[in-house]
Amino acid sequence: MNAEKIHTRIWREEPEPDNPFATRAAFCHGYDVYGEMLGQARWVEMLYLLFRSETPSASQADLLEALAVALANPGPRDASVHAAMCGGVGGSGAAASLIAALSVGAGRYRGAREVFDAMNAWESCGTDLNAWDAYSQIQDHELDSWPRHEHPPGFDPHGVSTATSVCQLLETLARIGVTPRLCWLVLHRHELEKTVGLPLDLGGVAAAAFADLGFSPNEGEMLYLLLRLPGAAAHALEQAGYGYKRFPFYPVELADDPAAGALP
Amino acid sequence: MNGPKLLAEHTGILRSKVGACWPGTRAVFRGHDLHQDFHDSDWMALYIFGITGRHYTPEQVRLLHGIWVLTSYPDTRIWNNRVAALAGSSRSTPTLGLSAALAVSDARIYGGGSGLRAIDFFLRTAKARASGQKLRDFIVEELKSTYIYGYGRPIDSRDERLPWLTRLAGELGLNQGPHFKMAFEIENILQKLGKTNLRMNYAGLIAALAADLGLTPREFHIFIMPMFLAGMPPCWLEAAEKPEGALFPTPCDGIAYEGLPTRPWRSRIT
Repeated sequence: MNAEKIHTRIWREEPEPDNPFATRAAFCHGYDVYGEMLGQARWVEMLYLLFRSETPSASQADLLEALAVALANPGPRDASVHAAMCGGVGGSGAAASLIAALSVGAGRYRGAREVFDAMNAWESCGTDLNAWDAYSQIQDHELDSWPRHEHPPGFDPHGVSTATSVCQLLETLARIGVTPRLCWLVLHRHELEKTVGLPLDLGGVAAAAFADLGFSPNEGEMLYLLLRLPGAAAHALEQAGYGYKRFPFYPVELADDPAAGALP
Repeated sequence: MNGPKLLAEHTGILRSKVGACWPGTRAVFRGHDLHQDFHDSDWMALYIFGITGRHYTPEQVRLLHGIWVLTSYPDTRIWNNRVAALAGSSRSTPTLGLSAALAVSDARIYGGGSGLRAIDFFLRTAKARASGQKLRDFIVEELKSTYIYGYGRPIDSRDERLPWLTRLAGELGLNQGPHFKMAFEIENILQKLGKTNLRMNYAGLIAALAADLGLTPREFHIFIMPMFLAGMPPCWLEAAEKPEGALFPTPCDGIAYEGLPTRPWRSRIT
């Protein structure tokens, strides 16, 4: 045996007397998970506790839960769910379908990295319209594994006006508890959208909500990835049932075809 | 065109220049009939053509092979390899384990991220030099403002892979490129500046060689994606051959808890 240990501030386990690998009790940030939390704690309370080390207030739990409902299924038009369905339709494994959803839903267009970027924008700009104006003009020069961003994060680059669903989410969340950013967005959305030149998108509301809940951009990115998986899972399984013959296999227009002009 | 009209223009069809297949008939790969033109191709030659759209010489392809081979370490302790092995130990599939391990390899302090920043550094340095800036001055400025990727390595600053890859590049006649030479000049400058721990690392050498092959940072990033892959299957396999769960099993006292003390849960459900 050696002295290599995993360090954590989140989790502690007590072993059974007869087996150091079997859990007699587990504590999450000091709370007895199996002895006290089970049957008492809400899923979103556990989620908040894991990241923030403290339990949420009742309104914070309500806010996170409402947001989780909104994010649970991006729907089959969404690229991340499309990717999960590609897994399901071909008979790929459950984890492969979820990995597909995670990988595609991780990006800077309607993905978790966009939420990360939008949360950084909130940290930089707060509720200062002039700061948002300057931020939306900034070119992204940092070379990174991620492609450079192509639109101000949190806004719909293809949008015309703010979608009703986005407005409903914003107004519902802003009414729950202490939500300074969401409340400011409700009051100043039109000015902000005019400043940025694009309508607010769902990821922008999620970013403001995560920030109001006290999450860091890294935490918000993780939560956005996690909370959108249920729909991907359900749609992947559904398409497995439909089968590939009922799943689009789009026509192709191939440029640079070596057979172009040749007789069939 | 923008807004929903732009999206509508792309709806329901794939417009592509990179390829397509017609099952039962043929497949096209970047303007070539795959089976006609590449049926006996080296896999790396096809891979780098797929990334760049450019054809590389057999010597260049051998160098690219060497870049992958010389860093294929089946050491299960290394973080990305450990992911593959933990999948084996947990009786997950090799594909899930290996693909997760590759995803993890795109890290900031090693693998994809460090390589990407290293080639970016060399390209910026070469540009500054071409515009008349002295190399030493540029390096001094870079040291002030940022971390220099491509130099320095935790644990031991000497990189055991470098002599082998340098020799291979020489044997193939590919050690005369401007970025390759500049990489060593930079190492000398760093040593003279007293940065003795900043010896060239593997990311630095392969980034310089790739820059001399004309790869852009993004092309290089995609090229190095499977760089560690060959070392991973042995890790998955060995872990799968052990009793299930027997890779790095952690007893309860293997956790050093540094958090809050035990406290009573007060239900928030009213």
